[in-house]
Amino acid sequence: MLGIEDKGVLTAYLLCIASTLLCVIYGLINWNRGDEEVQPDDVKWAAEEKKVEEEI
Amino acid sequence: MLEQSVGALDIVVVLIYLLVVVYLGMLGYMRTKSATDYLIAGRQVHPFVMAMSYGATFISTSAIVGFGGVAGLFGMDLLWLTFLNIFVGIFIAFVFLAPRARRMGHHLDAHTFPEFLARRFESKFLQIFAGLVIFLFIPLYAAAVLIGGSQFIAVQFGVPYETALLVFSVIIAAYVVVGGLKGVMYSDALQGTIMFVGMLILLIFTYQKVGGITAGHEKLTAMAGLVPGKLKAIGHTGWTAMPPFGFGDIKYNLWWLVIPTITLGVGIGVLAQPQLVVRFMTVKSKRELNRAVLIGGVFILVMTGVAFVVGALSNVFFAEQGPRLKGRVVNVIDAEKQQAVMQIMTQDEAGQWIDVEGKMAPVLLDGEIAGQAEVEGETVDVVQGGSISIVIAKGDSGKIIPTYIKIALPKWFGLLFLLTLLAAAMSTLSSQFHTVGTSVGRDMWEQFTGKHGHTMLVTRVGIVIGIIYAVLLSYYWQESTVIPRATAIFFGLCASAFLPAFIGALYWKRMTRAGAVWSCLIGFVITAFWLLLVKSKEAAAIGLVQKLTDGQTSILAGKPNWDWVDPICIAFPISILVAIVVSLMTKPPSQDHLDKCFNK
Repeated sequence: MLGIEDKGVLTAYLLCIASTLLCVIYGLINWNRGDEEVQPDDVKWAAEEKKVEEEI
Repeated sequence: MLEQSVGALDIVVVLIYLLVVVYLGMLGYMRTKSATDYLIAGRQVHPFVMAMSYGATFISTSAIVGFGGVAGLFGMDLLWLTFLNIFVGIFIAFVFLAPRARRMGHHLDAHTFPEFLARRFESKFLQIFAGLVIFLFIPLYAAAVLIGGSQFIAVQFGVPYETALLVFSVIIAAYVVVGGLKGVMYSDALQGTIMFVGMLILLIFTYQKVGGITAGHEKLTAMAGLVPGKLKAIGHTGWTAMPPFGFGDIKYNLWWLVIPTITLGVGIGVLAQPQLVVRFMTVKSKRELNRAVLIGGVFILVMTGVAFVVGALSNVFFAEQGPRLKGRVVNVIDAEKQQAVMQIMTQDEAGQWIDVEGKMAPVLLDGEIAGQAEVEGETVDVVQGGSISIVIAKGDSGKIIPTYIKIALPKWFGLLFLLTLLAAAMSTLSSQFHTVGTSVGRDMWEQFTGKHGHTMLVTRVGIVIGIIYAVLLSYYWQESTVIPRATAIFFGLCASAFLPAFIGALYWKRMTRAGAVWSCLIGFVITAFWLLLVKSKEAAAIGLVQKLTDGQTSILAGKPNWDWVDPICIAFPISILVAIVVSLMTKPPSQDHLDKCFNK
């Protein structure tokens, strides 16, 4: 199949494509799921992170 | 020199590219800043931007030039690494680890990976220790990226490696000084996008050059006879075949290199990459992560997948259409397939064909006769043919991809690709040096002294030391075969020292401070022991083992395949075991602390 006789390499080739498809399907199904309100500790964290970034 | 070798079209393409990059960069810089600005404003980063900037940080010259070259040398078995990059580095990381790391990081107000571990396990020691490990070892990985970029510049412009390294290092240092460290997402995303398009073009072009997908793979399979004897001896059975698995014979060495070191080390180690873990914390919600899974999966396939497939297929290109070697046949490998071992020859001033001392190469013969030569009183035909990638790259696997792009593709594409790759290397290096800086300033200095006063200065000094250290390593090593090794050492070390503690932090409430500390320590010590004394390539480069064993490169030399076994095979399982056993033997963390971590 695909000109690759060795099963080990063929499996890797196909698994690369299959795992990409898994990512695509998962992303599509959950595209609008998981939105969260920003919590006070998120904002506090981001403000501190900005300070860390600016220090550099 | 540049004007002579580059045409007007090439200059125009590069100028347009640079103008677009500068324009978009400025646009992006004015409108948007880093991911934290979004988070402060409570806004979502566009999923495409999030995934592309993560990708540009994750993928660099190390993956494309270093590991792509390894695929050119060893073949498509490297695709197992792509599979793990996608399945573990994207799917598992984004779906299972990132959402928890993000929440917990925010609850604990952790801004570096060592700080995250330290606050989760209430251990200042862990922060200093992890900071030190990161400070000492990230420059290895940074050097791998620097070497990859410098090799590419050297090949593309035909300049010495040292010149390329100097120029690239100055650019990096300037980039860091003008604030490139702040991780402006849009410019990262732009680099990611251009790399993506460049790699797609490279893939399509390559398959077209070798006659299509199936035909190209078949040709590559048929070339198995051209594998050099030295590689055959360690288990190389062709570019589309897995090396044999077993233990106790040198013919299994290659399996032990490709699967545990390259595939597992890098594939799993990515989960505990300090700079990537912090990146997860900068997103607003799980929704961004979900969306990034889609884009990230495709991105990685097109990056490493293409690099490995193209790296392997470059053998077909070079053999059929690459530079023609001339010489006499000394050994017929397969008459039907026109495969032979050739003694390379050259013409002297009088036009006579003479042997180039010590230069033999496996070749695919053209069937054409270039002349005749007198060898030991006999007249022999001087034939011509193409050889495999590693021969064309003069034995240096890191030169395979740059040489392939230079020879096979139009010059303007090569230049564009080079600029893109350098840009991606810059974003990777930025985040590495950023991590080095915070590990020195925030994780070590602040924790040691208990002061916050000079953190900024110490952080900057840390970055400068990190850059100098990485440049020196790149200068000292030069050989681009170091790229995958240095990368694998860093990723493997991250897996063995940090991964059990990191996953335990997110998923196992019973894990204790002692469990985490001992797991990190044991993971680190075993890895260091193994690299210093057992794994022969690394141990020989460091040199300690020779002094202890009267010149042997491993304390287990002569016992195949022990000296090829990667530290991850030993250190990672023991580190997991230690984390579990020590945790179960020690007092569990207080409910109050767990509530704080898990926000109950």
